[in-house]
Amino acid sequence: MSALETFLNTDSKSMESILDVKQLTMDFGGLRALDHLDLTVARDEIVALIGPNGAGKTTFFNCITGIYNPTGGDVLISPPGKMSGQRINGIKPNHVTERGMARTFQNIRLFQNMTVLENVMIGRHCRCKSGIAGAIFRPPSTRREEKQIVEDSYEVLEKIGLTQFVNELAKNLPYGAQRRLEIARALATDPFLLLLDEPAAGMNPQETLELDELIVRIRDQEKVSILLIEHDMKLVMSLSDRIYVMDYGKRIAEGTPEEIKNNPVVIKAYLGEDIDA
Amino acid sequence: MIQEFKKIWKPYTIGMLWLLGLLWPLLGIHPDGTLSFAKTFTVWLYIFAGTAICLALYLMNKSGSLGVISSPLDGVRQNLGRTTSKVPAWVWIVVLLVFALAYPQFTNRYAQDVATNVLIYICLGLGLNIVIGLAGMLDLGYIAFYGVGAYTYALLNLHYGMSFWVCLPFAAFLAMIAGCIIGYPTLRMRGDYLAIVTLGFGEIIRLILENWNEFSFGPSGIANIPRPGFFGVDMSLEAATVYIYFLMIGLVIFTVFVVNRLQNSRIGRAWIALREDEIACQAMGIDKTRTKLTAFALGATWAGMVGVIFAAKTTFINPASFTFLESAIILSIVVLGGMGSIIGVIIGAFILILLPEYLRAFSDFRMLMFGAIMVIMMVFRPGGLIQMPRRTYKFKSESPGDTSHQVATEGGQADFARS
Amino acid sequence: MEYFVQQLINGITLGGLYALIALGYTMVYGVIQLINFAHGEFFAAGGYVGVILLSFFAGRGFLESHPIMCLALSFALTMIYCAFLAMGVEKVAYKPLRRQSRLAVLLSALGMSIFLQNALMLTQGVYDKAYPSELFQGGVEFGMVTISYLQMMMVGMTIVLLIGLNMLVFKTKIGMAMRATAQDKVMSGLVSISSNRIISLTFAIGAGLAGAAGIMVGLYYGSVRYDMGFLPGIKAFAAAVLGGIGNITGAMLGGVIIGMVEIFGAGYISGQYKDVFAFIILISVLYFKPTGIMGENIDDTRV
Repeated sequence: MSALETFLNTDSKSMESILDVKQLTMDFGGLRALDHLDLTVARDEIVALIGPNGAGKTTFFNCITGIYNPTGGDVLISPPGKMSGQRINGIKPNHVTERGMARTFQNIRLFQNMTVLENVMIGRHCRCKSGIAGAIFRPPSTRREEKQIVEDSYEVLEKIGLTQFVNELAKNLPYGAQRRLEIARALATDPFLLLLDEPAAGMNPQETLELDELIVRIRDQEKVSILLIEHDMKLVMSLSDRIYVMDYGKRIAEGTPEEIKNNPVVIKAYLGEDIDA
Repeated sequence: MIQEFKKIWKPYTIGMLWLLGLLWPLLGIHPDGTLSFAKTFTVWLYIFAGTAICLALYLMNKSGSLGVISSPLDGVRQNLGRTTSKVPAWVWIVVLLVFALAYPQFTNRYAQDVATNVLIYICLGLGLNIVIGLAGMLDLGYIAFYGVGAYTYALLNLHYGMSFWVCLPFAAFLAMIAGCIIGYPTLRMRGDYLAIVTLGFGEIIRLILENWNEFSFGPSGIANIPRPGFFGVDMSLEAATVYIYFLMIGLVIFTVFVVNRLQNSRIGRAWIALREDEIACQAMGIDKTRTKLTAFALGATWAGMVGVIFAAKTTFINPASFTFLESAIILSIVVLGGMGSIIGVIIGAFILILLPEYLRAFSDFRMLMFGAIMVIMMVFRPGGLIQMPRRTYKFKSESPGDTSHQVATEGGQADFARS
Repeated sequence: MEYFVQQLINGITLGGLYALIALGYTMVYGVIQLINFAHGEFFAAGGYVGVILLSFFAGRGFLESHPIMCLALSFALTMIYCAFLAMGVEKVAYKPLRRQSRLAVLLSALGMSIFLQNALMLTQGVYDKAYPSELFQGGVEFGMVTISYLQMMMVGMTIVLLIGLNMLVFKTKIGMAMRATAQDKVMSGLVSISSNRIISLTFAIGAGLAGAAGIMVGLYYGSVRYDMGFLPGIKAFAAAVLGGIGNITGAMLGGVIIGMVEIFGAGYISGQYKDVFAFIILISVLYFKPTGIMGENIDDTRV
């Protein structure tokens, strides 16, 4: 790193950070779930957040997506091409998504009784405008928009590889496909940052490999950065550009996969003795 | 069938004996100090017989013993299905329309009145369907908006002499405002609480109507509400009845059209997503409060419009027409017919409003059956008689990357993409 | 001043009744997160069975000769009847829907409420049914303030029942099982507490209390009607929410508050709108502090 880069930004390799979390703190009554957490995600990065169960990872996601209002600290986003350093503490979840941060959930939260295509079409909702009048009278603008929504959604399904299920109800999909559908749906909101909460949970090695390829593809082709929570170490080590390690709501380590692998603090807290799978 | 029977005879018998034990004190202990068993037993035997027959049929159906009857029936149904699917949808609609339009020709005034009543309930059911069936909010005070519409017309007419057609949009607008006012605080509450709070609001409005005599004339209501005008022509009672009937047909057609359009639109999908999973919905960028409020207010607007027609039809309104019981009836229609399904609601209205007309002898048992039907539907078929099908889309693609799309019609069979 | 004290006494009496009914709502909600719409009908059924039994005794002449025994027997039998009624309702309308959406179970409860109300109407008639009025004439007077013997009995009975419930829930093993099931059904099941039994028991106790309240209302107002369960049901629910749903002490407190507000509201503000006060409290509480005065107590563990 050059001296200038070092001076300006000690944490991240790239200077263009799109998500900047500073000293994030979350208290639930007397319990401190997040303790002055710092985290950045730069453009075109895949960053992983790992840690033992109960470390506060999903709470972190909930805090930066507006489900919880953090007790302290700042959550700043800098969408490419838009105003940088927007503070999004406490703004409602749907506004967070509108600004360009989309997420998936640890327990699958699909719209079970809607078709696969419709699930993705919901993702397009925040990028469209037509309301009740449009729905009832169907002027050309609405019809064009609807057609566009259908086409865009199908495109997303093609990218994720779910077109064979297009008219199937979400609840009838196999598990792996459901997880990918959640990603497709989040992708449809046109985010600049995708937050994935344990996307590989419950997947077999083959599916995990495909997921690996998918996430890299999303980063490379869609130009979407990724922040993911994961327990599958092989996936994390293979995918990530950088890794943050959490325990008891605090950040205990940060670095490249190589650095984390050999970090004694991390090994002690989380990875056990041998992490080479 | 014997297998099924063995499993179920024990709980069934216990249930029946339990029922007997609960029934007897109500019917068998008399204030003159005597105890009797005859009446209890007779009632109980009727119930026993009825449920036993239903149970037997249910078991036979499940185990296939009814095959003797049901397979030819199934065959007929399949044949029918094949022939009917060849007939395009618009033919059915035309047939229905012709029947509806010709109806007044061969029926008397009473029958037309009944038909108008059914149409009113269909409209109310479709309106409530937007709130419950699409957006998933249990509104138990729906009748309040109906009352707002009716009283708006009655009072505006009484004080300012405004005619039906002028009052109609006014009342719809006021009902919508009422919907927004009531909806805004209640929409942030969880489902069960929402139900009871809307019930509370409904009751408050009814109590105000009943007690604020200067405003609403209390229990004696407002009479001499004029019927809708037709270019100032004076109409006889018969002609007026037919006129209102046609008005309702028009409104129903309009409502069906609107609800159909809404169901498969951006906002319709948002409502259904909201019903499925609120948190995921918000995470996908949908404004929860605004979307819910829209559904709520829209439902209210519809009730308001129908309320005006109701006032004009009966020419007399009082708070007794706007009780919680009415809300419950409309709710039963939506629940029975199938939440979210237009045809379902129509069928539900026919069953619950029209059927009692033919079964006048059993009118005492009407509400009892309503309650029983709601419980039975929820236990056995929570989706209702007609489940709402999701829209399917057709896609063709010659080669990867080249996709041309067409949208299919609603409710079709699932046609899968081929590539 | 004396008017105030009189209203105070009336308020406590009514409040105690609401507390009894509210307990049923709150305990059931605590255990299975269901607003049991039919609970008001348990209360009404209690009123009816009470009048049936008392009239029967009056007809046989027992009421004159052994009034206390007849009264006690009527209370006991009515509470048992309501308990069985509630257990039956639970098995038929709620148990099959344990895994369904909240909407489905709510609608079933609503349907059950309508069904029971009409069953009462069909078996007992649409008109009011009068309670024998020989019992409880007169009272104690302090100047303009009267405490009738009936009120004393009612308050006394309410206190006895509330203390009994408190002891049951907080001091016995089965009460502990009830509290555990309310907090976390899955874990309770894992320590071999049968949640089905506990749920039935909860329904039974709640309905028993409501039944007792039903008899007392019948004695107090002189008659019962098939639809008498509707309004008190909602008000009692408001009381349960006010106190914190699932919270037993909260329900008792909430009931008394609602009773007081109703009586004082009717006395000082407007008699016509006395029913509205409870609704206003309900809506306000749910809007401003949904967890109630004493906090919620429900099983909201996410598995």
